[in-house]
Amino acid sequence: MSGNFEALPGGGAAVALDEVEISILRSLAVQLLELIGPGDEPAQGEDPLAALFAEGPSERPTDPALARLFPDAYGDDDEELRAAAAEFRRFTENDLRSRKRDDALAVVRSLDGLSAAGEGGAVLKLTHEESLRWLGALNDLRLTIGTRLEVTDEDEMGELYRLPDSDPRKPMVMAYLWLGALQETLVETLMP
Amino acid sequence: MSVAPIEIERTKPAEESFAVPEPDVPWVTIVHNDPVNLMSYVTYVFQAYFGYSKDKAHKLMLDVHHKGRAVVSSGSREEMERDVQAMHGYGLWATLSQDRT
Repeated sequence: MSGNFEALPGGGAAVALDEVEISILRSLAVQLLELIGPGDEPAQGEDPLAALFAEGPSERPTDPALARLFPDAYGDDDEELRAAAAEFRRFTENDLRSRKRDDALAVVRSLDGLSAAGEGGAVLKLTHEESLRWLGALNDLRLTIGTRLEVTDEDEMGELYRLPDSDPRKPMVMAYLWLGALQETLVETLMP
Repeated sequence: MSVAPIEIERTKPAEESFAVPEPDVPWVTIVHNDPVNLMSYVTYVFQAYFGYSKDKAHKLMLDVHHKGRAVVSSGSREEMERDVQAMHGYGLWATLSQDRT
């Protein structure tokens, strides 16, 4: 797992991925989609316009990873702030979920485009627009895995780096570090 | 000529009925430190979304990192709700509050 994104002349970015890396990335993106949940497409026979006006939830998600992806917009020091946070969530969370879903879907689609080309590894080429979606999805994946690993400060991360191979968290830590390297090099290609 | 349906108003959270106690006091967007977001990514977001220079974005990122939080923008409550929503879109942990300092 050593692939790094490189800027393409004229915009966009490219990274070489082997078969295993493609499969891990795809699987993680699909798990992220499952975590975020289905969209709010109207059921058969319902007014499609109704979805535009549907209100989102007002409660913070109970799953810690979802709570990190969809944080409160106001502090929770008093009742008024909690009410404002609930109100904000009701009007924004559906949009945010749909954006994060679209980013993860974009990752799955570009990887599927690669797999169709076949023969083990491949060079993934992203347009500028796709790079932005990948950047969002890589960040969401790291936030999710970081929450699952209970990364709370830099020191604790140091401890996670040194886990013995026998530790059940080891594969997730490896994935977390790898995604970090992918995101870091992708950001570099986008820096103005 | 037709009148837009009233429901359209509901897509604008900032126009909802919460009273602003001190209308003259500006609101601020605060980004909080978290151990997951990459420093380069946070700097990139400040440049890409706010249009800040590389130096300013870098300094704000360091403030978030070392002080635990930093004010990244200020303005009306509606503007700050928009900024917070954008920060959440980027995966940054942000809140808005009325600047009483």
